[in-house]
Amino acid sequence: MDSILLVSHVDPDGALPRAALEALAAARTLGAPVTAALFGHSVGKAAAALAGTGVAKVLVVEDPALEAARYSTDAAAAAALAKASGASLVLAPATSRMTRVMAGVAQRLGGRIDTHVTQLVDEGGPTAVRWYYRQRIEAKLRRKERPWVLLVDPGATEALKPAGGAAPPVEKVALALPAPRTQVTGVRSPSSGEQTIRPDAKVLFVAGAGWTKKQQDGKPHPEEAEALILAFLRGSGASLGSSKSLVDQAGEGQKVFEFMTHLNQVGQTGSTPRHAKGLATCCHGEEPHVVGWRFIRERRAVNLDASCGWARGKADVLYVADAFAVMTKVNALLAAKK
Amino acid sequence: MSFHIVVLGSIVPDPLQTLEPVSTPQGPGLKNEQMLPAVLDPWAGHALYEAANLAAKTPGSKVTLVSLGPKAKLQQVMMAVAQKVPFELVALDGPAGGFTDAHEVAARLAAAVKALPGLDRTKLLLFGGWESASRGAGVTLQLVGELLEIPDQFQGVDQISARPDGSFEVLERVEGGRHQVSTCQGAPAVLGWATGNLPEPKNNPQIGMANMRLVMPALQKAAPAPVGTGGVEFASVQVPKVMRETRIVKDASPDEIARELVEWISKD
Repeated sequence: MDSILLVSHVDPDGALPRAALEALAAARTLGAPVTAALFGHSVGKAAAALAGTGVAKVLVVEDPALEAARYSTDAAAAAALAKASGASLVLAPATSRMTRVMAGVAQRLGGRIDTHVTQLVDEGGPTAVRWYYRQRIEAKLRRKERPWVLLVDPGATEALKPAGGAAPPVEKVALALPAPRTQVTGVRSPSSGEQTIRPDAKVLFVAGAGWTKKQQDGKPHPEEAEALILAFLRGSGASLGSSKSLVDQAGEGQKVFEFMTHLNQVGQTGSTPRHAKGLATCCHGEEPHVVGWRFIRERRAVNLDASCGWARGKADVLYVADAFAVMTKVNALLAAKK
Repeated sequence: MSFHIVVLGSIVPDPLQTLEPVSTPQGPGLKNEQMLPAVLDPWAGHALYEAANLAAKTPGSKVTLVSLGPKAKLQQVMMAVAQKVPFELVALDGPAGGFTDAHEVAARLAAAVKALPGLDRTKLLLFGGWESASRGAGVTLQLVGELLEIPDQFQGVDQISARPDGSFEVLERVEGGRHQVSTCQGAPAVLGWATGNLPEPKNNPQIGMANMRLVMPALQKAAPAPVGTGGVEFASVQVPKVMRETRIVKDASPDEIARELVEWISKD
């Protein structure tokens, strides 16, 4: 039987990332004992949060240099922890910090890595489910090589709920970190001014290029569209996604929304976010409807094309209507509710 | 300070094509894979355009594209890509499908980078996509970086700003639609690009003619690079068949639709 290690960084405030508890839940489905490994500037709080999760023990590397998310120091810490554990399966949450380093860690361990794992099952051995070709083809795979490093996508599994009680024993792993050549100087929000990407939002609002096209009066109304979308985001707390065609308009010199950047893009070259509900507006195409909301559970769309082949069969409800008129009314109702 | 920017990138099926998995003696593949129109992987494309932009800003720099794919397909795609920005090509003749093992691909690419004539590690910036539209694992570039013992890696990069002393500032995507800002002392470094900020360059016939003088010989001497699925055993590979019963609402007023939407949004 494989021995399993869950390795994670701690958050800047010392807390255990939620994605780590999700990856731990995935690890527990395999039935083998799980050891946890944490690295960061101060890991006590995160280690204590593992009480009642069934983790046998916690290996830790603690160092002030690990406060910053940086390849050279993070990779050294994660590799040292994995080596110390001797685990044959090394799981990690696919946060940006772990995603940056785990391939390098797998190489240092002489192992192999697979990423974007959405499910782990025991089918004659550990079996990972992941997608290929931008969420178009789903595969179940096993590997002969060990150690096998697996990055579990956030939002794919319910987070394990710690039962509390005594914290698992903590064991420090000694490590001399390499002198970093990179200094992390801060975190910057997009220059668009308004934060429109909200990973924890219940609703994803996808805006398509139709918002900037000519309307019934023969003229485009991008300012009105901008105001409607922003008002909806403020009123509903939704996260904003966009089709590639809309964000690309900025690069082509066309009018595009001030708050819209490439970070909002969902689909083929954008993100595949996970939200409970998704509302696509003025979208026509595969990217938002197939790739962009593969992991959106409830889906509705508003556009003027009743035979939109991308929404049909992909959305639960397709409203054939003018999104400008509908969203004006939606915003009024949301404002009245407050 | 100048850089030698090596971009790793290959081809993927045109995103508008319907993809259907099939079994082959070499492992899973795509139906009519050899017939599917191909494009340069979008993330690799962003990396290439950012590389050319950086090279143009730092005199003395050059860009080399190292690409592993079927030679005939590479030739088709390079005819278009070569019109965009100046680069030298190193081609490796092997499969570019999504089911090949990233570790095998990384070993071939690392060997090709090491063999680049006159490669100066102190000037090396290794660029590529942080994802791809085929395997999409986002690990090949990191593995190559490790194989080349490059100590600094950045992923989800949207911007690089080089300074006269050779150091540079990098913006990497992190959670919540934000960027982590880092300063690196200088090359060598690995940068896995997200989308960057640059639009696709317009075709430039002069660049195309200059590139093609080097691209065609590079394709002709492309070394064979057979890569497979490594130790992966695929238990199943399929297109999900889930189709939703879409309710089409045609004749409702904006008021009615808005009420329904707000009720739906508000429901837990």
